[in-house]
Amino acid sequence: MRALPGAARLFVGIVVLCAVGVVAAGPYDGIDPATLVLLAVLFVVAESMGTVMGKTGISPSSSASLAAVVLVGPVGAALVDLVSWLLVFRRQSLVKRAFNGAQFAIAAYAAGHTFVALGGDIGVPGRADFPLVVAPFVAALLVHTLVNTLLMGGLMWCLGVIRLQPRRFRWRPLVTLELSSIGYGVLGLLIAAIWGVVGAFAIVLVLLPMFTARWAFDQYIAEQRAHDATLATLCQAVETKDYYTRGHCMRVSKGSGMIARELGMNAERVQTIRYAGMLHDVGKLGVPTKVLQKSGKLTEEEYAAIQLHPMRGYEIVREIGFLDEALAGIMHHHERMDGRGYPMGLAGTDIPEFARIISVADAFDCMTSTRSYRRARSTEEAIAELRRCAGPQFDPKMVDALIAAVDRDGWEAHEAVDPPEDDTAEVAQQDHDDPSVPLRVAGEAER
Amino acid sequence: MILRDLGAPEAHIGGAPRRHRCRPTRLLMILLAAGCAGGSLLYTALTGFVEPHAALAFGVLVAVGELARITLPGQRQVAPIASAGAIGYTFLLDIGGDAAHHSAWQVMAVVALGFAVGELPHIAVGRPPQWGGLARRMLIIVVLSLVFRYAVQALPAPPPPEGGWWPVLVVMIVLVFGGWLTDAVIAAAIRAERIRTRLAVALHDELRAQFGLGMAIGSSGILISLASTVTGLAGLLVFTAPLLVTQVAFRRFAEIRLTYLQTVRALSRVTEVGGYVETGHSRRVTRLATAIGSELSMRESELLELEYAALMHDIGQLSLRDPIASGATVLASPREQRRIAELGSAVIRETGALDGVAELVRRQCEPCAGDGDAGPPPLGSRIIRVANAFDDLVGESTDTDRTNAVLERLRMDSGVEYDPEVVEAAVRVLGRPADARG
Repeated sequence: MRALPGAARLFVGIVVLCAVGVVAAGPYDGIDPATLVLLAVLFVVAESMGTVMGKTGISPSSSASLAAVVLVGPVGAALVDLVSWLLVFRRQSLVKRAFNGAQFAIAAYAAGHTFVALGGDIGVPGRADFPLVVAPFVAALLVHTLVNTLLMGGLMWCLGVIRLQPRRFRWRPLVTLELSSIGYGVLGLLIAAIWGVVGAFAIVLVLLPMFTARWAFDQYIAEQRAHDATLATLCQAVETKDYYTRGHCMRVSKGSGMIARELGMNAERVQTIRYAGMLHDVGKLGVPTKVLQKSGKLTEEEYAAIQLHPMRGYEIVREIGFLDEALAGIMHHHERMDGRGYPMGLAGTDIPEFARIISVADAFDCMTSTRSYRRARSTEEAIAELRRCAGPQFDPKMVDALIAAVDRDGWEAHEAVDPPEDDTAEVAQQDHDDPSVPLRVAGEAER
Repeated sequence: MILRDLGAPEAHIGGAPRRHRCRPTRLLMILLAAGCAGGSLLYTALTGFVEPHAALAFGVLVAVGELARITLPGQRQVAPIASAGAIGYTFLLDIGGDAAHHSAWQVMAVVALGFAVGELPHIAVGRPPQWGGLARRMLIIVVLSLVFRYAVQALPAPPPPEGGWWPVLVVMIVLVFGGWLTDAVIAAAIRAERIRTRLAVALHDELRAQFGLGMAIGSSGILISLASTVTGLAGLLVFTAPLLVTQVAFRRFAEIRLTYLQTVRALSRVTEVGGYVETGHSRRVTRLATAIGSELSMRESELLELEYAALMHDIGQLSLRDPIASGATVLASPREQRRIAELGSAVIRETGALDGVAELVRRQCEPCAGDGDAGPPPLGSRIIRVANAFDDLVGESTDTDRTNAVLERLRMDSGVEYDPEVVEAAVRVLGRPADARG
């Protein structure tokens, strides 16, 4: 915040001035000062607790703000918001506090006037007010959210964080944030509704389940991170057997995810295919090391052992419930579009979608990594090779998706490794993933 | 999405389901709950339902909540919305300005009916409830409703709205806390019986596991009953919304916990597929180790760490060039064993999330007095050492003579190599009939 650009400084200044102006102008007739103070205290407590407990970025402040709109009207709510933000226990610069407070104050002011204009009565809603009070309240809620978002967006724009490029903009996080903020806003009405019965204790009753939920979400996120880290580490442990394939699973996971996102899959499926990419070669552990590292031609038996690894992988991970669709991806990631792959010899669209994705990402990473028998290829060479194999071996749709994604986001290839100095490290002489240098099997033409 | 139950059964701490063992505490609770439900239904059917609209609305809420029950880690089946609805109906004194007159018996009858209706679809698709958990949900309402409906009449002030809400609110809060404690005690009794651990340990686990959700349920219950005074029954739906969010959060946490366990279990098998250890070794070691852990009254969090460590105790073998003969680490040289443990521990530590597990794995082959200055290894390590040695020597065999011979050998080495306490616990666990064994 130290080096605030001029535009942002101006913007913040205007917003804060507007808020102060609104609050200073009043009027304050008919506002119960005790309610005002209670609301401010509870706002501060809720916001501070929320920050202490949560890292997920959703703040419960909009519920307190909207409760204030109903209970003390536009000016009162603006005052509560502005003052509370300056008092919240949080490490935050004064500029940020002032802007947040002003932003909320203006939003609450606008929401309050909407509420009154549509026939809502300021004060504790009574029995007769329900359910008619809901309509003006919902309108107020929407105005509150809209103003808030616009002001925040304006600041972001001044800071140069976002540009007006609707196509590239990622809407999903914003929508999630807005929905949760609206959800918290609805709680504001609940707080206002039982304010008449138990007073300020209403906030405790309403927000306690929310805090618990937040705590559980944080636990969930921590556990999810731990899970992903464990999965990645264990997959890498499986790979330590071969010096050159280190990090292969991570990069295939990433590549598969890029293709899936390019194809427009939803976030959950993208996550699943990332897991599948991570796990795709786990079954290689069932292939004897000496076969994987053999330099000459493979015998029929040895080739059969290699062909078994997708099935072995499937056997290992099939009990992981969430993988579902990914299981088929792991089992069939060496099928070819022309039906000459393994283990089942499926062809065309009989091959599961996930398998077609993983197979492209797998080959691409293999070609852009160094192997003992050749240097890494450049991204362009690898893409040319993929294009050459699209059709008979790879699904052209997946190849195109990968190329588009790599063009846009780039590809961090495995950094070129020099062959290990000591001769203890284990080095494979061929790679079953490499489409440009097929495995050599005795007594057959190259496949 | 909320109506879907967790597909696979939760990890059993303590092994396969034991259907045939008689568990008197659990049985007693179920009979008591069933008796209260039946009795209250009969009584209310004879005397008639007062304010049927409210009864119907809350009955539906309870039924929907029960339909959306979830299973938390540690095989704890909960139905937060059903419980909150039931508490709300218990505490209901006023609906949109009209006083509510239902008796404690009617509360029980409505809640019991709601539970039954909510469970029917589950039973129809072959997912019967945990009867112990269902009985607990019922009993807590029995206690709360009996105390509350009479306590309110006994209050010096007239009941609200004339008398003001604060005295009643205090009673509600005290009752919710008391109810939560009672529930934890009952749950602990059932759990201690199931996994054969000490009651105090089980109580500690239950209090920890149920605290957050318990508070959320209690406050939502109070909220629902108070809100009904202002908004009438229409508010019922809206006021369960915060709890719904809570339930979704807990559900996702339970799911990821289960996934984590499944992932570790599946990947613990890579050593088997790679030919480093015998098929099923990790799982048998894990089952025995967690059973010994329960027997020695380890806490739930420690048991989970033990389970992870036991599953991954051989992961260090992946770094070996060639598998040890049939993977039996007990037959390898101590130096080699130490190296495998170190390698495995290094892998686990790299996850950044399982430091405790890594420590258990690292020290799994130290003698029971420990070596060096670090003192004796943690209990988990000592347990894994015994369970691993037992499985390496017995394998898949279920032959009693062989089991006894191996236990005798472990006993001879106990005191130096193996912790005598752990060996004795293993003897007790393995001495139980197979279906009652952990």
